Amino acid sequence: MEQAKNITDKDIQSLVGNLLRVGVYISMGIVVIGGIIYLFDHSAETIDYKVFDFNKVSLKTVAGIFSEVLTFKGVAIVQFGLLMLIFTPIARVLMAVVSFFIEKDYLYVAIGLLVLAIIMASLSGGFAH
Amino acid sequence: MTVLVFTLIVLVGAFLAGFLGSLTGLGGGVIIIPLLTLGLGVDIHYAIGASIISVIATSTGSAAAYVKEGLTNMRIGMFLEIATTVGAILGAVIAVYLNAAYVAVIFGCILIFSSLMTLRKKVDHTNIDYSSKGAKFFKLNGSYPNQGVETPYAVKNVGGGFFMMLFAGTLSGLLGIGSGALKVIAMDNIMRLPFKVSTTTSNFMMGVTAAASAVVYLHRGQIDPGIAMPVCIGVLLGATVGAKVLVKAKTDKLKMVFAVVVTILAIQMIYKGLTGGF
Repeated sequence: MEQAKNITDKDIQSLVGNLLRVGVYISMGIVVIGGIIYLFDHSAETIDYKVFDFNKVSLKTVAGIFSEVLTFKGVAIVQFGLLMLIFTPIARVLMAVVSFFIEKDYLYVAIGLLVLAIIMASLSGGFAH
Repeated sequence: MTVLVFTLIVLVGAFLAGFLGSLTGLGGGVIIIPLLTLGLGVDIHYAIGASIISVIATSTGSAAAYVKEGLTNMRIGMFLEIATTVGAILGAVIAVYLNAAYVAVIFGCILIFSSLMTLRKKVDHTNIDYSSKGAKFFKLNGSYPNQGVETPYAVKNVGGGFFMMLFAGTLSGLLGIGSGALKVIAMDNIMRLPFKVSTTTSNFMMGVTAAASAVVYLHRGQIDPGIAMPVCIGVLLGATVGAKVLVKAKTDKLKMVFAVVVTILAIQMIYKGLTGGF
């Protein structure tokens, strides 16, 4: 507990900085692995992105991506990595909220929670249609 | 075009976009979109989806370093993120209903504006006028290490900055870019922050802002792994190399040349948008 009491802005900065770095490394690593598998399986196929088709991309929900990633298909792994990348800055907000709570800066706990709530509302998919 | 050829071309293009974007301060997103749409004929919806992912990757990567150096003002960042995330979602939702041609025209205009902004002479507005009540209430005033000395600064016009951020967030969500140029206006010119603080804090907010709109794009099926994968890998690598070169290189001439190239691209996007090319 002694340690928790002495948390300062500097500690938060260091913690947040590390989280961001690790998050980018891990998610980009997953994207690269998925990309290699994808190229291995599909490299000779022809593609066409000239017209946007809402139904072309099958993996577009968080739940869908999580359930498909275990099939080890290239596209599913890439999409999972991209999702982890999207989650990294969101996790950063969550971590800042916890840190501000320990620092007893309740105004910024509230501000952080508000930002999270805005993103969560978007994550539920309600704004996409 | 086969998957392999497409992936390789996009990978190289994205690398160049990330490299030049970081050297000129324009960001990779604004360059990769014209490259994909004008160069490869990719639908602008896919280009925007892929670009927003690359914005998250590059801004998060560099934010990590800035935060640790103590340059970023995390309170200002989090406070303004309320505005940018609301704006980002708003922009991404507007993009769903807006004709692609309009998106292309708006994109072209912002591209011209952003490239002009990189040429602007920077004037540091740092001040120690602590009269702003908003800044005091939200604890936004701070200090940063300037040439080894911890230098204090005061924040002005919190409301104006917040409003400008709402606008910056909306454009970011609408066009799939980081809209760093607008964020810097809000923080440099309106809130009067020191450069180092405004640019790094803008970078810090970009990830969360882009994540908010990326989620909307994901649900819309605009994030296609086949495009987003080479784009985000290429841009991130390019930006990383660019940041290393930036320390040594003189970029004034490069910025001039680049501003001209980008303006030509922008005019092409506007022209194509107006003549129904999208």
